[in-house]
Amino acid sequence: MAEDPTVATVAQPLDERLQRQSGLRRLLSRPELGAIAGTVLVFLFFGATAHGTGMFAADGILNWMTVTAQLTIIATGAALLMVGGEFDLSVGSMIGFAGMMIAIPTVYFGWPIEISVIFAFCGALLIGFLNGLVVVRTRLPSFIVTLASLYILRGMTIALSILFANRTIVSGVKNFAGDSFVVPLFSGKAFPGLFIWLADAGIIGKLPNGQPSVQGVPAMVIWAFAIALIGHIVLSRTRFGNWIFAAGGDANAARNVGVPVARVKIVLFMVTAFCATVYATCQVMEFGSAAADRGVLKEFEAIIAAVIGGCLLTGGYGSVVGAFFGALIFGVVQMGILFTGAPNDWFQVFLGLMLLTAVLFNNYIRRRATGER
Amino acid sequence: MGTQLKKLLAAAIATLPLIAGYGTIAHAEGEHFVFVSHAPDTDSWWNVIKNALKNAAADTKTTVDYRNPPSGDIADMARIIQQATATNPDGIITTIADFNVLQSAIQGAIAKGIPVITVNSGTAEQSKQLGALMHIGQPEYDAGKGAGERAKAAGVTDFVCVNHYITNAASVERCQGYADGLGVPLGDHMVDSTQDPTQVYNKVKAYLTSHTGTNGILTLGPNSAEPTIKLLRDTGETSKYNFITFDLSASISKGIKDGIVESAIDQQPYLQGYLPVVLLTQYVRYGVMPANNINTGPGFVTKDNIEMVEKLAGEYR
Repeated sequence: MAEDPTVATVAQPLDERLQRQSGLRRLLSRPELGAIAGTVLVFLFFGATAHGTGMFAADGILNWMTVTAQLTIIATGAALLMVGGEFDLSVGSMIGFAGMMIAIPTVYFGWPIEISVIFAFCGALLIGFLNGLVVVRTRLPSFIVTLASLYILRGMTIALSILFANRTIVSGVKNFAGDSFVVPLFSGKAFPGLFIWLADAGIIGKLPNGQPSVQGVPAMVIWAFAIALIGHIVLSRTRFGNWIFAAGGDANAARNVGVPVARVKIVLFMVTAFCATVYATCQVMEFGSAAADRGVLKEFEAIIAAVIGGCLLTGGYGSVVGAFFGALIFGVVQMGILFTGAPNDWFQVFLGLMLLTAVLFNNYIRRRATGER
Repeated sequence: MGTQLKKLLAAAIATLPLIAGYGTIAHAEGEHFVFVSHAPDTDSWWNVIKNALKNAAADTKTTVDYRNPPSGDIADMARIIQQATATNPDGIITTIADFNVLQSAIQGAIAKGIPVITVNSGTAEQSKQLGALMHIGQPEYDAGKGAGERAKAAGVTDFVCVNHYITNAASVERCQGYADGLGVPLGDHMVDSTQDPTQVYNKVKAYLTSHTGTNGILTLGPNSAEPTIKLLRDTGETSKYNFITFDLSASISKGIKDGIVESAIDQQPYLQGYLPVVLLTQYVRYGVMPANNINTGPGFVTKDNIEMVEKLAGEYR
């Protein structure tokens, strides 16, 4: 440690865990530092290559912000769970399943949409609980257990939607929603007045019909910020957050000092299911339909965002802020490549290479900052 | 990528005055169009459309970008349309894979003053309701019904519909149309085969083994047709079924020549790629646009006309 030794000897001999670190050093050892550096790199890249393509006009920003927001919602859950030492591969399937839990009761059973949404959240939490319970009880790797859930949920989504609706896309949810509060809650646009003012002031563009080019901040973006903020506070400022780190770092040691490891893990599985359901609800309310193939491969995007954001695959280390920046990198790269007009056949190649570059850079910065860990 | 980028930047700069005037200024060359499809990367059928776009771009001296959601998620496709809108292209060509999901994205593009032509999936009514200039495609239900009537005339009484893209509403309509044309309820005659060839092969095998009365097969494209053709070759039941498929590929053509496949419903996808680019170009340059929609299919490819088609299968047919 770079502390001045004389200070320590003059005062009480301090426990090294309580030793004060310089602000800069503390900043540099944060898990999200690399992701922030990666974000800067990505923005510099697209600032140079996608300049003038509309990527940084109001509706372009809205586009990649929305993609970032939907990923942030599930990445927050994934990051918390990864810090807690487990994976959830059923997130993508959960999105499809939760969407159907909202759409089918609303359209085919005639339930009020509020009840359907509550039903979907309860169902999802129950499935998350079961995931957690199986992992904790059987001590099987969560990778395998939730891989099973991935198939079971996707299969149930298709089977149940055929059974009840005889189709795999249930649309027309909005026709049943009426003016229920849940529609604006999950798909509304916030601060419309601000955007009209911005358009009148000439800061953002106007459509030919006089409307501003962006009508407001989508509810999904607000949900994403709220979930990430709450996740961050819980992880870094509360006792439960400490339990998460302990459970993921060394479950046995944590148990020995009295951390309820099983309970922590089960709650975290419920959190990922909750996040997937928020994602699904926003999507159903925005698009007015649920489909059996919604959310395919999203579990990997969530994990990728968490890893870019500095979460270790082995657990016990990571942050929600990092996951947010990971989601931002992924969202910006994903949509940004389209803005640059790169040939579509090569899209996934570019996506993979850019992510690899971002992670390598991020890793490099972190190693430099923390002095190899 | 470098030259492509430079070209694109040049095009973006060239279109700046156009953007400012929301397309009111007549323009010479170098317009930029975006084609958005719903197909996942694994769907090889779209190669013909990609080739058509390349030809059309070269012929009209425009740039056309082909875009699709890699995993086939229609919600992701809506984001791609929104993204395309943000780049202020001279026109957008899109499928209506799911009206509800794509509605606001497509209408957002139209509200921004970008001309839109819809192709392939979707109906003429949906296209009109969205405010698109026209729809170029094959009415799915009618095409399925045509195939069903054809099968009925050949004596089919019981059938299986192999659906490799069950989450697309249009695919179910094809099966439904076939069932109605045949006069047999759809019921559990539709198999969700998924896109994986091995799975298609085994699911169809399982169905045919357990439903021995089946004498008609409908597949919805190369992804479901090719493994099915292989299955029939392997089991030697090459003439047991009246086998009709949607769309063409090299091995479907071979199947028709060998008498395994009775006919292929050709919606002539080349036209769905080529025509919208040409029409949008003329619309942007001179403000002209045909007043009606264009049906590119159904046409049936059989043993009689396979020769010419086969030469071009997978590339332009």
